[in-house]
Amino acid sequence: MKKRVFANLLMVLLVAGLFLTVSCAQKKVSVDPTTESGQTTSEQGTASADTNPLKPVATGDADVDFINLDIYFDFDSSELTAEAQTLLQSKAAYMKEKGNVNITIEGHCDERGTTEYNLALGERRAKSAQDFLVDLGIAGSRVNIISYGEEKPADAGHNADAWERNRRGHFMFK
Amino acid sequence: MIDTKQIKFILFFIVISSFMFLNSRFVYCQDVTILNINNPSIRKIPMAVPKFKSFSEGEVLENDSLKAQKLLMDALSFTGYIKIIDNQVYLANPSESGIARKDIDFLDWTGIGAELLVTGGINLEGNKVKLWLRMFDTFDMRLLVGKIYTGERDDLRIMIHRFCSEVSMKLTGKPGVFNSKIAFVSKVKGKKEIFICEFDGFRPRQITFHKSISLSPAWSSDSEWIAYSSFAKGNNDLYIKNLKQNKGTIVNKKGMNITPAWAPGQFSLAACLSFTGDPEIYLLTGKGKIIKRVTDSWGIDTSPKFSPDGKKIAFVSRRAGTPQIFIKNLETNHIRRLTFEGSYNTSPAWSPNGDRIAYVGIKRGRIDIYTIGIEGDFPAQLTNAAGDNEDPSWSPDGGLIVFSSTRSRGRPQLFVMTATGSDQKRLLKLNGEQTDPDWSMVNN
Repeated sequence: MKKRVFANLLMVLLVAGLFLTVSCAQKKVSVDPTTESGQTTSEQGTASADTNPLKPVATGDADVDFINLDIYFDFDSSELTAEAQTLLQSKAAYMKEKGNVNITIEGHCDERGTTEYNLALGERRAKSAQDFLVDLGIAGSRVNIISYGEEKPADAGHNADAWERNRRGHFMFK
Repeated sequence: MIDTKQIKFILFFIVISSFMFLNSRFVYCQDVTILNINNPSIRKIPMAVPKFKSFSEGEVLENDSLKAQKLLMDALSFTGYIKIIDNQVYLANPSESGIARKDIDFLDWTGIGAELLVTGGINLEGNKVKLWLRMFDTFDMRLLVGKIYTGERDDLRIMIHRFCSEVSMKLTGKPGVFNSKIAFVSKVKGKKEIFICEFDGFRPRQITFHKSISLSPAWSSDSEWIAYSSFAKGNNDLYIKNLKQNKGTIVNKKGMNITPAWAPGQFSLAACLSFTGDPEIYLLTGKGKIIKRVTDSWGIDTSPKFSPDGKKIAFVSRRAGTPQIFIKNLETNHIRRLTFEGSYNTSPAWSPNGDRIAYVGIKRGRIDIYTIGIEGDFPAQLTNAAGDNEDPSWSPDGGLIVFSSTRSRGRPQLFVMTATGSDQKRLLKLNGEQTDPDWSMVNN
């Protein structure tokens, strides 16, 4: 009899534990700060067609957007996608307007692939963006590049959404 | 109880037997290697390592004796080609009956399947340890190695490993891994620093304190220098650091200065520099001066590794549209593609005897370690279905490969396996994440 009570108690604890773990896992996703910026923008009605909910979206503030909006790349590619080119055009326009602004483009990769190769790939990505800006009339001396390879992910996750968000060119004021 | 007379007799016997057996044996099989550890179908040699004989008494000695025996067993089984037979099945006890050839009934050892027998004797005088170590071929009833070591108690590990090097020399014709070290990257408080440990993961210690991201450590042949890349000053620069003296160089050209690899036996290295706007491989002096450019192709060329004779360089290039491994002959300047299977092959590592290259391949989203003959023959997959596996580096005898793997809860840690992929085991337990292992040469 005592044994059965104990077994039932154990069962209850186990089930409770199961629920707790599930709720913990859910929490992790919803607490990500970048989702909040996503919500703000959708209120402003500039919802992006991009399906990745974690990517930052335009706020309308040119200074903020210049830093916040990254360009994204396909796996093992440093080619500029159509979206990346559109974004770079707006960044070029911004830089033309603010002639005293110098920038650094950081090239980043997702965690797949090898550390050393990704350093080189990250630099190719930053270089593609730099070349594009120069083609649009921005002085090369205003655009510095650096590659961090897979060393500084924007998203620490190990899934397709995280990888997509990490394959990026990030823009910084110098 | 052993009186001094007996000890004297034993010592006398050892000296005589060492001379007699070692010399005759050495002449007899001067160029005969018993074991080819690069043979893919290698069978482990069963070896017995019974309890050491104590030549004095006391608890302290007993501890040292057990410690010495364990060090010996751990080191020899680490090689991957020796299997230590469990002490419990031993039919004889040389720690009581004697450790010299005349004391041993080899049928006791062949009877349990042991092909090799190592006996040890130990004596402690103050803080000085004396070790008598012998390895016998049990079937031929021959002494293969016989050595006496004297040293401080703290040097027990060194003495045991010296003997292991002798054992390796006798069995494989090479001194083995016992005097080698492994450099690697470990994450400390979110920063990546360079660390060094012994061949078996023992005594890991931090050697850089940049509080930045430091990557790709590479040993010089003489193990006196380590080159690595670091963002310590903002840009990704190449650091060439002497481990014994406080000297070195930083190569800090515009762009990346990464992926160093030392030329065998030279104070020069290959590295990937991107100051022209394009990552290319260059040869540099140990002082960081460019000797010449090795690759000349638009797009990524990186991760150079010298062949053991220093005449060729394997590297990663995207010149064919996907990252693949190429080999450049530095004498003829001829370049050929090595890997054709799959669309992502990187991180080449040239085996010490020059015949194979280990690398990282991505197939169906899985990151694994492969090896391939330098003519593109006999490709082999060494890791499978156990996390992401990266950064292969060969042991100096070519018998083992160290690599990083995320197989344990997604956290990258260092593992070791044989060159055929068997016996995969964790190298060391350390907080944080460990990647980029590089195995040094052996230097005595």
